[in-house]
Amino acid sequence: MTSSRLFPLATTFVIFLIAYGLCIAEFPNMLSTRVVGNLLTDNAFLGIAAVGMTFVILSGGIDLSIGSVIAFTGVFLAVAMGDWGLPPVLALVIVLVLTTAFGAVMGAMIHYLAMPPFIVTLAGMFFARGMAFLLSIESVPIRVELYDTLQGLYFRMPGGGRLSFVGLSMLAVVLLGILIAHFTSFGRNVYAIGGNRQSAELMGVPIARTTILIYALSSFLAGLAGIAFSLYTSAGYSLAAVGVELDAIAAVVIGGTLLTGGSGYVAGTLLGILIMGLIQTYIVFDGTLSSWWTKIVIGLLLFSFIALQRGLVWLSARRRGAAMPA
Amino acid sequence: MARSEPLLRAEGVTKEFFGVTALSNVDFELAAGEIHALVGENGAGKSTLIKILTGAYRRDRGKITLEGEPVDPADVKDAQKLGIGTVYQEVNLLPNLTVAENLFLGREPKRFGLTSHREANRRSREILSQYGLDIDVTAVLATYSVAVRQIVAIARAVDLSGKVLILDEPTASLDAAEVTRLFAILEGLKARGLGIVFITHFFDQVYRIADRVTILRNGQKVATRPIEGLERLELVSMMLGRELKEQEAHAAEPVDYSRKPVIASFQGIGKRGRIAPFDLTMHAGEVVGVAGLLGSGRTETAELMFGIAQPDEGRISVDGSPVSFSSPREAIRHGFGFCPEDRKLDGIVEDLSVRENVILALQARRGWAKPLSRKEQEEIADRYIAALDIRTSDREKPIKFLSGGNQQKVILARWLATDPRLLILDEPTRGIDVGAHAEIIRLIGELRERGMSLLVISSELEELVAYATRVRVLADRRHTGELEAGAITPDTIMRAIAAGEDETPGDRGGQGRATEIMAEGAA
Repeated sequence: MTSSRLFPLATTFVIFLIAYGLCIAEFPNMLSTRVVGNLLTDNAFLGIAAVGMTFVILSGGIDLSIGSVIAFTGVFLAVAMGDWGLPPVLALVIVLVLTTAFGAVMGAMIHYLAMPPFIVTLAGMFFARGMAFLLSIESVPIRVELYDTLQGLYFRMPGGGRLSFVGLSMLAVVLLGILIAHFTSFGRNVYAIGGNRQSAELMGVPIARTTILIYALSSFLAGLAGIAFSLYTSAGYSLAAVGVELDAIAAVVIGGTLLTGGSGYVAGTLLGILIMGLIQTYIVFDGTLSSWWTKIVIGLLLFSFIALQRGLVWLSARRRGAAMPA
Repeated sequence: MARSEPLLRAEGVTKEFFGVTALSNVDFELAAGEIHALVGENGAGKSTLIKILTGAYRRDRGKITLEGEPVDPADVKDAQKLGIGTVYQEVNLLPNLTVAENLFLGREPKRFGLTSHREANRRSREILSQYGLDIDVTAVLATYSVAVRQIVAIARAVDLSGKVLILDEPTASLDAAEVTRLFAILEGLKARGLGIVFITHFFDQVYRIADRVTILRNGQKVATRPIEGLERLELVSMMLGRELKEQEAHAAEPVDYSRKPVIASFQGIGKRGRIAPFDLTMHAGEVVGVAGLLGSGRTETAELMFGIAQPDEGRISVDGSPVSFSSPREAIRHGFGFCPEDRKLDGIVEDLSVRENVILALQARRGWAKPLSRKEQEEIADRYIAALDIRTSDREKPIKFLSGGNQQKVILARWLATDPRLLILDEPTRGIDVGAHAEIIRLIGELRERGMSLLVISSELEELVAYATRVRVLADRRHTGELEAGAITPDTIMRAIAAGEDETPGDRGGQGRATEIMAEGAA
């Protein structure tokens, strides 16, 4: 593994450590398992969705539909369990099948119609949001036993912090994501397509299947994120999770994945999520700052990461140029 | 050699694209343990034939048999499974993956259902050691040179397929030492009984490595001949379909420089790490050839002369008065022109029309405040389309649809339109077909007779012999010698390059370069 490949990931890790260090210096209370537990719980749904987004961006694509899919999932679950009286487990299975199929259709359109992912998933974003409104325009509460049980599940960490069910789920999804990205043929194919689609095709990578799987995976995880979000809020609301796709993209980029595809790590995305969550926690601790500071800091971080990536690309091109002059 | 049962046989292969016949009734035969060169001008049907053999295209008619069994590869992967592997012109691997991942993409070794990096790395080291390549297989491919990537691509194709290896212009971007290394590898594979199809534009390589050659022209097969006893002239005339005077037969006559006016003189200009200081005086009506291996400082020389890079030291004078170029624009203002080597990267503007590409430099010199009228533009474009015989259906066609040779002529036209006094050409004939080649050589001679001063960089020695009035020889980023008209033959140039490489200090001669490449990756 070359250092330049790991450099963005290492940078993110160092930034996280420094940021956490600074936070603790100012508010020693932030060094507690309670803060860590809340950080994971509060950002669980975003983290789950961002893992899917990582695969999409690694392949050189983008998925703008995940915020809408999260909202649709919540509303569907609330309506299905409440109005329609479906058994909770059945409702969960149906919604995951629906979202996965939705992603697969988007992937198929991207591949077979040779349409840019931006356009297809933009259409998907409107469609899913519209479907959520069709089910209900109000915030629908979810009152089922299964939810109470799952919300009550947690693992008590030393120091009193609670590692909740949704927080644990996110960590599990991240681990699974790492496994898929680095230890399966599908993962390799994702990186290959992101590196150079045409070369990948000539090397025998099944482009159609992989593209469909990538978007199906992203929508599946968005569905899972929607479940986590509904567990977190105990409701389904069609106006929820607006702009979450952009937060997910930000987390992926801060996590060191190249927006052009082909290079990055799922683990980096987790770090990206934690950094964004940390900023929010700091603002809560401070108490006087406007919560919009979160956005400002994230914006600045994004700028610097894009500059860093450009710089790396430029540096490696220059190094290659120096090694092989014509 | 008795060839009772060829390894691969194609009979009567025909392919049409929208009613245009790309390949008509072509037979092709490849024996095990044979290197078979496939030559022809651009558009002769080489790529179409290759793509049919490798499953990238489906044939309309014809039969393909592999070891006597009829085969019908549906796609690239299918052909790979049958045993037919391909390495394409632009190395088609993934620079963002590691060497091992590239070798095993699509067939990763598995352990408990998960891919095993350790196993893939171990086997990759094993495979590459057969090619004498000892590199870090866990490093991303982008960290290695084109030559190493090419070897990895070949290793992948052979390991995947193992019967037939098809190489589409594998030497296009390699220097001499790297080509030698590649050829040694091909000889080894041949000895292992592989059948190798080798597409190239370089005749000397055909003669160096191939056992037989098949010539295609206009989608039809002209002949398949053993290389032994095949005259070079006969090969060329079969490709062109006409008798051709051998270009290399005549050399330019000696020129008395003292009577020719000096256009520009470069005294001791150099740039540290790029090119050692050199002197060069350019006279009107002469063609200075520049010869040397890839990386010897040829392009760097041109870049200093044209103001693309600025010298650390030395003086430049034009018409006797001192000047300094801080950018190419100033060089252009003094009547210089430069056709770069990589026309895709530095030369053509793909989506603009032929007309727009032609007038670009002239318009830039006039400044954008004084635009050429549409009528003037059309006149200029038409004049050069006719003068240089640029083959295009009309002057408004985007240049990307023209063949390589015609694109090159458009770039030439761009500079000729500015009426330069000093024109620098970097590899003007690279990657273009034989017909266009001959025309560009003729054109260089004409320009010289009209009194232009030209500096032409070329890797093709025969070409230099044909047009140069003197030849500068470069080695290891220094100007090591000059050959005067009358003394210029491919042989003398070669000797001069070799001598230059030998006398370079340390271990960086011709031998040294090869060792350097071998050792690459150790760092």
